[in-house]
Amino acid sequence: MALIDVGGQRGNPTLSDWFERWHIDSWTLSLLLILSGFGMVMLYSASGHDLGAVSAQAKRLGLGFVLMILVAQAPPEWYRSGAGWLYGGTVLMLVLVLLLGDSAKGAQRWLDFGVMRFQPSELMKLAMPLAIAAYLHQRTLPPQIGSMLVSIVLIAVPTGLVMVQPDLGTSLLVVAAGGFALFFAGLRWRWILGAIAAVAATAPFLWMRLHDYQRGRILTLFNPERDPLGAGYHITQSKIAIGSGGTFGKGWLEGTQAKLDFLPEANTDFIFAVIAEELGLIGVVLLLLVYLAIVARGLLIALRAQDTFQRLLAAALTLKFFVYVFINIGMVIGLLPVVGVPLPLISYGGTSAVSLLVGFGMLMSIQTNRKLLAN
Amino acid sequence: MARRESIKNLQREKNLFGARVAVGTVLCLLMTGLLLYRLSALQIQGHEYYTTRANDNRLRVVPVPPVRGLIYDRNGVVLAENRPAFGLEITPEQVDDMPALLGQLGSLIELTESDLKRFNDRVNRTPRYRGVPLRTHLNMEEVALLEVNRHDLRGAEVTAGLTRNYPLASEGAHVVGYVSGITEDDLQRIDAASYQGLGQIGKTGLERFYEDRLRGMPGARIIEANAFGRPLREIEHRPGQAGQNLHLTLDSDVQAVAQAALGELNGAVVAIDPRSGEIIALVSKPGYEPHRFVEGIDAVSYRNLLQDRNRPLFNRALQGQYPPGSTLKPAMAVAGLEHMVVDPEHREFCPGHMQLPGSTRLFRCWRRRGHGWMNMVSGVMQSCDIYFYQLALNLGIDLMHDSMQQFGLGSITGIDLPLESTGLMPSRAWKRRTRGEAWYPGETLIVGIGQGYTLATPLQMAQMTARLAMRGGGYPPHLLRESVDPVSQQRVSHSPEALPPIILRNPDHWSAVIQAMIDTAHKQGGTALRIGQNAPYLIAAKTGTAQVASLSQDDKVARTLENTPVRLRDHALFIAFAPADDPQIAVAVLAEHAGSGSAVAAPVARKVMDQYLLGEVQYDVPAPVIAPYSGDVRKTSGAP
Repeated sequence: MALIDVGGQRGNPTLSDWFERWHIDSWTLSLLLILSGFGMVMLYSASGHDLGAVSAQAKRLGLGFVLMILVAQAPPEWYRSGAGWLYGGTVLMLVLVLLLGDSAKGAQRWLDFGVMRFQPSELMKLAMPLAIAAYLHQRTLPPQIGSMLVSIVLIAVPTGLVMVQPDLGTSLLVVAAGGFALFFAGLRWRWILGAIAAVAATAPFLWMRLHDYQRGRILTLFNPERDPLGAGYHITQSKIAIGSGGTFGKGWLEGTQAKLDFLPEANTDFIFAVIAEELGLIGVVLLLLVYLAIVARGLLIALRAQDTFQRLLAAALTLKFFVYVFINIGMVIGLLPVVGVPLPLISYGGTSAVSLLVGFGMLMSIQTNRKLLAN
Repeated sequence: MARRESIKNLQREKNLFGARVAVGTVLCLLMTGLLLYRLSALQIQGHEYYTTRANDNRLRVVPVPPVRGLIYDRNGVVLAENRPAFGLEITPEQVDDMPALLGQLGSLIELTESDLKRFNDRVNRTPRYRGVPLRTHLNMEEVALLEVNRHDLRGAEVTAGLTRNYPLASEGAHVVGYVSGITEDDLQRIDAASYQGLGQIGKTGLERFYEDRLRGMPGARIIEANAFGRPLREIEHRPGQAGQNLHLTLDSDVQAVAQAALGELNGAVVAIDPRSGEIIALVSKPGYEPHRFVEGIDAVSYRNLLQDRNRPLFNRALQGQYPPGSTLKPAMAVAGLEHMVVDPEHREFCPGHMQLPGSTRLFRCWRRRGHGWMNMVSGVMQSCDIYFYQLALNLGIDLMHDSMQQFGLGSITGIDLPLESTGLMPSRAWKRRTRGEAWYPGETLIVGIGQGYTLATPLQMAQMTARLAMRGGGYPPHLLRESVDPVSQQRVSHSPEALPPIILRNPDHWSAVIQAMIDTAHKQGGTALRIGQNAPYLIAAKTGTAQVASLSQDDKVARTLENTPVRLRDHALFIAFAPADDPQIAVAVLAEHAGSGSAVAAPVARKVMDQYLLGEVQYDVPAPVIAPYSGDVRKTSGAP
């Protein structure tokens, strides 16, 4: 903070005073700005020197940052009291999406409100941790069997609704957001292990329920050559991009895989491959360090939070953010199936960036309201 | 109650949460570790492999075809060259309205239905950024029209390439050959890497025989292309190797004279420099137009060429096999002298016919009333069949076979052209092997006058003449003098080693036979006197007539050319070398179904020798024609 605190020796309001007044956590903000700035630099390369795409992304991120700061102004109690309504409303919208939503790429995800199109599943990534945190806040922790079952139902219903859209990536994140809240509430290990066992046991049945394209993605993950021109093409080209980047990379704007269009979705889901190709392992490690720093800051905020709701919300949002990163990179490097999860704050596209930034706004609210109380 | 409990457990909850955060942190670090492990596997261990794959993705090797070598005659006259050819290509990507463009082009240049059909077929199979040929072989007027209207014809472009051109056209086709499109059959025998970017291959003639030298090696451009195959920039240029230029021994002036001298006759002329084996002229008539094959001949025209009764695609000079007839007599005389069945003064009486003991079959001399007493010189000079029947009888078939084989009959000469025939010099063993029959003495007789089973190509006859001229010495006949690298100008000369000489126990016998051949052309009564008597140089010659249809020995009606159908008329043959005292050229002439060797074939040889030795044709007799013709009365067997 001292680094940013330049002005205020003579009683004038310093930058840190200004941040405090507007409920801004300067660590989180700095890291997010670094990430977004880096993202736009890489987007310029990944989109083939398309300044239009970069400025569009800058506008979305700007909107996201403004929303983040607005959200930070409200005290955490407001969110706790609004959590139920938000959750209920979002579930309702998910049902509406299934009934009359617009479809894109074979999946129904959008609600069209005339002036804007809206993706309720995106909102659920926020509503879910809020709802579970708010619910468990009122319960004895570690959760007893009753509150656990209620939580599971609260998680399962929207997850199911998202999964049948079908949107495997988002449903994973929704489960993660809710599940982590439950985990941080102290869910007993034997239940956690039991749940893992249960998932393993039901996996074959889930497999039967998957869409063909989802199965294809999973099969192709384990053997990309199975379909080198179809589903395996993405992952094969992505691995070629990453591997050819080597330790030091080919240099910014020099990545041939993206520049020559071999890498599909280079500026959205597969932008990590562009980073790995152009900046090499060193660039990738630095990027992971920035992500880990954000996660560390989030967990620190959670540890310092003043009540159960705030703790659970902060920790769940933070871990959800990490899962975002993990799933995206995991799928790009061929560890996980291609499920369509963007790289947070770097991939081109607004919805997920805005919802992530709103989540960080809540983290800031938790952090800064604690300080105010302490004062 | 809930409130109380929560107050009671507040600290415990906080501790529990702290522990879970610790677990969560560890979980994050482990997962990050997993990512890093996988990333290092890809980016460090896999770096080389994936770099190769990335390059395979983006780099395209575009072959750069080599320029084919040129072919020159011995005086530097071009026989095969590369000529710019203009075509019209359309790049669909750049065209807004294809039907309008095609309509516009159709009003400027000629576009046939098949042009348009082929174009439309190819447009659908070609990436849109690539040019598709619409027309080939534009003439200069069409090129000019297109260039003038260029601004209105966006997407249409005149392209320049090279096409093979043969200035001698049909007159050189049997020597030079031609190039044409590579077929499936060709692909079986060639190394495809050497043909990258090339669409044509030497099919026959020198173009085929020296294909490897003429072709050169293709180079390559390494191009960076994007995922859709569009080339973006050149990374590297690997130069190829241009084909070698061939300088031939052929003299196109002599070639032209030989062509003209044969006139409308089907036949062949081969002229060899006996001192080196260099081919001076090699003509087979009729010829064919090689450019039709270069441009791509259609199936119907090709079938017509194959079925043409004159067989224009057939190279008579080296594929055609004919009875050598009386042209074999000088070599037979050499054999007779060598094996001491005769000496130069030995005499035979020619009554016009003879019989073998115990046989009623009559063997006739071409001169029905007979020659009277004949020795070796007069036997050759007047081409007396009876003399050579006796000589053959004394030699026997096997000695004849061995001797004629020394002169090259019955095996290929090894000329540097494809598809040469072996001819045939029969023997007892050959007859037993191929027919399972015994040899009859009567067959020996007619082999002695170059008939019967005996077959030779005009090239073999020329080679036999060259070896007579060189008194047993000689070289394999060949067309290539040297090949020259067009870039380094490095020359590689082509001079085959001398053939094993024919050694006689008494070398004077060469002189005796050569003298007989000189007398044939220069002495009264010689069958070739008409071309020898006014020649400014000394000619050694022998006439011949090869019988096509066998006649009944009782044939009472004298056959004339007029009363014999063309396809049954005899072939006219002639061999000669000159100057006889310093041989520089040996010639063999074959004129199919033209009758008399002395009347038809000999003038052709004389003109060829004139051109080569004097630089002009002095012999002033018009080119022979088949009919109407008023010649000698025809005879039964061998003839002058």
